[in-house]
Amino acid sequence: MRNINRRSMLLRAMAMGALSTLPACDYENPADPDLADKFLHAMSTWNDRVQEALFNPHTLAPTFRADQITMPPRFNAFYDISQVLVVDPATFRLELGGQIQDKSPWSLAALNALPQAAQITRLTCVEGWRVIGEWAGVPLGYFLRRIGADTSCRYVSFICADGYYTSIDMPSALHPQTILALKFLGQPLTPPFGAPVRLRIPTKLGFKNPKSIVQMAVTNIYPGGYWEDQGYNWFSGS
Amino acid sequence: MADKKPKRRVIHPWPLRLTHWLNALAIVMMIGSGWQIYDASPLFGFTFPRLITIGQWLGAAIAWHLAFMWLLVANGLVYFIWSAASGHFGKFFPLTPRALWRDLSAALTFRMTHEAGVYNAVQKLLYLGVLFAGVVIVISGLAIWKPVQLWFFCDLCGGYVIARYVHFFAMAAIAGFLAVHVLLVAIVPKVLPPMITGGRIGP
Repeated sequence: MRNINRRSMLLRAMAMGALSTLPACDYENPADPDLADKFLHAMSTWNDRVQEALFNPHTLAPTFRADQITMPPRFNAFYDISQVLVVDPATFRLELGGQIQDKSPWSLAALNALPQAAQITRLTCVEGWRVIGEWAGVPLGYFLRRIGADTSCRYVSFICADGYYTSIDMPSALHPQTILALKFLGQPLTPPFGAPVRLRIPTKLGFKNPKSIVQMAVTNIYPGGYWEDQGYNWFSGS
Repeated sequence: MADKKPKRRVIHPWPLRLTHWLNALAIVMMIGSGWQIYDASPLFGFTFPRLITIGQWLGAAIAWHLAFMWLLVANGLVYFIWSAASGHFGKFFPLTPRALWRDLSAALTFRMTHEAGVYNAVQKLLYLGVLFAGVVIVISGLAIWKPVQLWFFCDLCGGYVIARYVHFFAMAAIAGFLAVHVLLVAIVPKVLPPMITGGRIGP
């Protein structure tokens, strides 16, 4: 794990470096916000509140027919597909933290033994493009109750094998279409698409669907996210 | 009883001027940031040069766009409510094809006369058209922003993919209006000060 983390930190540093070379951009240095950044941050927080109010736990994301699935599927990450990390499924453990009663790590086999749900839904990228895919896995709401998570907490956070991290609000985590996906297009997830387990949440934008999750926590402390900390809206609901 | 002196009338009442200039700010910010957002996933075979976009990368552009959408919508609602309540909308009517033909041919042959405080038929059509584009751009924008929660707006636009095109063409219509609007002010510059001070016309 140490090697993976060191490499992922390097990747992150490279991505941040690429951004900080942009001339005179807003949010160029989140650690040193100027007046415009403070205004935009205040408006983004307001937009989080509006989206929380707008979120209806019973409104389902549209589902599609099998023949509408986007082929071939589209890879997307903050690095090139050649740099995708391969997590060994045999030694993989999903580690749990925060306000959870049973924090025992989960193996892939144990996750596969839980009740599964499948969906053909649209993944919409913050950039504007969208793909339709089929995902299957454990409903997150079921999993959270199974492990004794305190569902009155505000956030569920995720840390990925490649150093990516993000977090979602509890009502969205409990939405029936939010799943810990283990399969994509009828087969176990492959490394570019988030093996061994990823979050699939069709009520949020693509970057809120972390891949290759190695840690999940339930917390009341705002966990932020890889893109969110650089200026993307945190809630980013669809 | 003393004789009442006939009052000079304001060409552009203050609510109109205020909403006009707030809208100008909102439109510039929304189009500028919208072009940068478009560039992240272009619908057509071109992108907008970064020199004329607002927000130097996607995250900043979206932040500007989703901040100023509140000004655009809130200011737009104030304008519509004030226009309906004050009778301002009455200035757009009547609008007959005959008057439109007459004023359009006059405009195209540079024989148009400007009468302060009165909209000619071409102005009426352009203003009604850009108000319609404004409604379309807000509905299609909400459809793109919240295709799941505001699914009815998304359905109204023909789905998420088509909604992006609707949003783009509504922007193009507003940008086209803006070009004509600014060009006409450049040709008839005396119309600009009343939009700032209100202007006065005799009884």
